[in-house]
Amino acid sequence: MSERIIAGAPVNVNEEGFMTDFRQWNQTIGTELAREADLTLSPRHWQVIEYLQTEYRNEVPLSIRKIGKSGVVDIKEFYQLFPNAPLKTAAKIAGIPKPASCI
Amino acid sequence: MSDQNGKLKKMMIILSKATLDNVYAAFVLANGARMEGIDAEMFFTFFGLEAVHKERLEHLHVATVGNPAMHMPTMIGGLPGMEAFATRMMKKEMEQLDMPEVLEFLDILKASGVKLWACKLAMDMFHFKQDDLYEDLDGVLTVGDFYQRSSGEGVQMLFI
Repeated sequence: MSERIIAGAPVNVNEEGFMTDFRQWNQTIGTELAREADLTLSPRHWQVIEYLQTEYRNEVPLSIRKIGKSGVVDIKEFYQLFPNAPLKTAAKIAGIPKPASCI
Repeated sequence: MSDQNGKLKKMMIILSKATLDNVYAAFVLANGARMEGIDAEMFFTFFGLEAVHKERLEHLHVATVGNPAMHMPTMIGGLPGMEAFATRMMKKEMEQLDMPEVLEFLDILKASGVKLWACKLAMDMFHFKQDDLYEDLDGVLTVGDFYQRSSGEGVQMLFI
């Protein structure tokens, strides 16, 4: 674990760059993490990120199947919004741990 | 290695069997590739075609005979109803792991951008028509076509 400065604020991250303390997250940090993943966040992106954060707060493990059944976004659009490794990328931007799911 | 540093870019997964464990292994590998940002294509050949056969995909079983990992004497495994029983047990376990049924899994793969191809030779052998197969199949290919699609750097092929 190490500390780095994101959008002017010190943030704890692990070796893969996932934030380890969700309380440090804010939208400016999210925007900066998205920029590092070559993404510009639209309102749709934010809806998905908020959904992931809600699931995290409720301690629900994330999977692609659950995303598809979320009613927030379907799997096809999820891949369009976050084209490269969507679940990992979206979780990183959302400031939550990397999902451990295989499906 | 070239400028890609051996990076995996695409998985080409050939499924030749229709026992539930093999089908799920292939599906999980294809879906897992997409989840990591790796492209994936599947080629359904021989008995693997059953996994994309509209009517049969709902009735795939685990094998209780000739499968040492079942830890069951072959004669017991061959008794009527054993396969159905073992399949029910496995499906129950998988549901708890949030594993989708075969048809739903195909929908997930398709929505995730996995290309799904049926093998032409196996189709001819089993007298299947494309109408018999999963609606969103990308098409029917010869083995040569499939090899053509596998060209390029960072492509790996897997036979199940």
